[in-house]
Amino acid sequence: MTTNPISRFFRWFFYRSRGDSPFKTILIHATLIIACVIAVYPVLRVVTISLRPNDTLLTTDLRIIPENATLDNYKEVLFGDAEKNRQSDFFLWIWNSVSVVAVTSVISVILAAISAYAFSRFRFPGRSAGLIFLLTTQMIPAGMLLLPLFIMIAKLKMINTPLGLIIAYAVTSVPLTIWTLKGYYDTIPVDLEEAALIDGASRLTVFTKIILPLSTPALAIAFLFSFMGGWSEYLVARVVLQKNEMFTWPLGIFTFAQQFTVSWGQFAAASVLIAIPIMALFLYSSKWLISGLTLGSVKG
Amino acid sequence: MESDNFLRRNLPNILWIAAIVSIYFVLSSLIAPFSDGITLSSKIIGERLQEIGGFLFAILGGLAIIEIYFYQIFFRQPLNRTATIVTRAIQVAMGLLTFTFIIYFFNLTDLIKLGDSAIGKFVNMPVNSFANLQKSLISSKVATKDSAKMVAGIIFALGILVLYAIIQFASKPRNSRVGLAYLLIMPAFIGVLFLIIYPFLFEIKLAFSNASLGTQATKNAQYSLLFGWENLKMLFTGTVAKDAKFFEVFWRTILWTVINVTFHVLGGMGLAILLNRPLKFKGFYRTLLVIPWAIPTTIAAMALRSEFDSRYGLFNILLGNLNTWLTTVSQNTANIIGIGNGFAWLAATIGPVSWKQDPFWAFVSVLLANIWLGIPFMSVIILGGLQSISQEYYEAAEIDGATRWQQFRNITLPLLRPVLTPAIILGVVWTFNKFDIIYLITQGGPQEKTDILVSSMYKAAFQFYRYGFTAMFALVIFAILFIFTLFYLRVSDGLKSATE
Repeated sequence: MTTNPISRFFRWFFYRSRGDSPFKTILIHATLIIACVIAVYPVLRVVTISLRPNDTLLTTDLRIIPENATLDNYKEVLFGDAEKNRQSDFFLWIWNSVSVVAVTSVISVILAAISAYAFSRFRFPGRSAGLIFLLTTQMIPAGMLLLPLFIMIAKLKMINTPLGLIIAYAVTSVPLTIWTLKGYYDTIPVDLEEAALIDGASRLTVFTKIILPLSTPALAIAFLFSFMGGWSEYLVARVVLQKNEMFTWPLGIFTFAQQFTVSWGQFAAASVLIAIPIMALFLYSSKWLISGLTLGSVKG
Repeated sequence: MESDNFLRRNLPNILWIAAIVSIYFVLSSLIAPFSDGITLSSKIIGERLQEIGGFLFAILGGLAIIEIYFYQIFFRQPLNRTATIVTRAIQVAMGLLTFTFIIYFFNLTDLIKLGDSAIGKFVNMPVNSFANLQKSLISSKVATKDSAKMVAGIIFALGILVLYAIIQFASKPRNSRVGLAYLLIMPAFIGVLFLIIYPFLFEIKLAFSNASLGTQATKNAQYSLLFGWENLKMLFTGTVAKDAKFFEVFWRTILWTVINVTFHVLGGMGLAILLNRPLKFKGFYRTLLVIPWAIPTTIAAMALRSEFDSRYGLFNILLGNLNTWLTTVSQNTANIIGIGNGFAWLAATIGPVSWKQDPFWAFVSVLLANIWLGIPFMSVIILGGLQSISQEYYEAAEIDGATRWQQFRNITLPLLRPVLTPAIILGVVWTFNKFDIIYLITQGGPQEKTDILVSSMYKAAFQFYRYGFTAMFALVIFAILFIFTLFYLRVSDGLKSATE
């Protein structure tokens, strides 16, 4: 009827609201926008700090893009500090983190993919005890086993090696992954396998040819879970790794804060560089992550 | 044709690899060769890959040996009497060997102390002979120093494989109903045994010791029930880390857990209900709202720590601005009785806060940070639950004339229960144990007034090196959590569905 663009916009905007009055719709949008600002603003502040020139790091300015914005901090983080004649450790940290966390995730996904199948499909003595035990391990604080693990790792001469950290991370990641994958296997209909078994396929063929291909998304989720669990871990890594060249990135960026003059600019730049890919990955995969979470915890 | 096909199929992968390699070369040419510090080089990468590869290879080899052992027990049947004797003899010998390895491991990590006794020597025998084999390999120039371990390992594995081959030839297949299941869970079972059961046993042992920095951890530590009693007494009457007492920290932990979980659930529920309505820009809001969950915790904690700075932090800037505004308003409204005084009172009360020095505000600061971090997770879980509730229930309720609140109470909440129950129980346990935020933001300060149980324990172990005490502390924390879980499971009947 009306061709007025503003009124058209309003009609579009309020179109699907289920019997809500316009006032209420606006109220809901306002609440959500405030929530979004609270969620995003502290993160944007990190970007702001990373863009500030070094002489105006300490300011009470609240703008998102600061005055005289520069990329100097990024340059220093990535390519080293010419003034202090110091090379950049950034890629080393990333490599240390990736190598430790990726190996942990691969080990736990492989172990879990195999054993979760047994828990899901076979009935054997000790099965429910095993499942309850796995659930109980979720109650154990990671910090609780840290001391004996630390002593064990020290006795095995694995302090300051990636292997020690891999062992420490596997403690939390293996049970969680088994639990997640078992939940997913339970949702795959048994009929498929039974048909294949009747046709003469062995259990092994069934597992590799039917179950594994069908559960690729769940395997990816489990991998992501355990990857994200270890990726930004600080406290365990601090205990196991003490040498600079072994540092994972959380330890690494913490050195920026511990230096004599706190290098907030470099800290922020390094944070942004690390956070962008991982956040992109997270947001991209969040839909599946959520389904994985509910599978593991709700459906059992 | 074949090669053409291959190229076409793998072109994207090849391009990816080429892109990564070229990025690597561009970056490595850009990185200036300064003298100080270490930069990632292909040498470091190669060494790391070798180290991890060797580790994985050893694990795989060990697992394969164990798997074949149990495969033969479950699925092979000896042909005749002599075969039975030989087979069982080999299997018992292998079992004994494994057993000595386990005892050796216990001895190595000080779970048990054998010293130079006869048993100790016997237990050390396999490992010593392995070391001797390495030495002879080096002296006979078969292997270099670096590869000796691997070559010796391969020889060792080959020897075992020969034994397996003997059993294999002297047996016929048989059926086993549960064998495959056990074979499948074996690797994870061994992993859990090594990673969880063993450390747990070790912790119990440690709890009854006087291990500390003075005893060089477990090297010279002594074990007795008396030490356990001392540790326990120390825990409840003495200080848990350096300044704080147990019950003070305990109540703070309860407060920490209750406040966090309450706000997570309420905030998450509120956002989820709003997002579950038909709305424009829903996807956009949802993406922005999960950002606190998506950002790595370490980064978020460090960023928030700088925001709690007394002069340059966001919170004090905002509070300062609010204070200035309130002051001006109170001056402008000074003539109006009541309002003017009210604003003057507000201006005097609300203002910048010393987040770092004041224990109360320090605790508020870690709470704020953790609530901010935790709400998105809950809201996403609850949103998932809400979306699975059929719209028909609400339509039917509306026809019957139920109000919104009645719909929420009688439809939404009961149907959310299967989602909410595990989410809350896990939320409580996670929050109870989650101290990285506290550690990174306040380090438990000032004077350990923001420590919770787990962070005190971490400090006791790795700042004050009170190992025996920490082990007892950990057991007490575990007992608290265990009682909570049992209680909750009894109330909510939660495990039944999980193990069906």
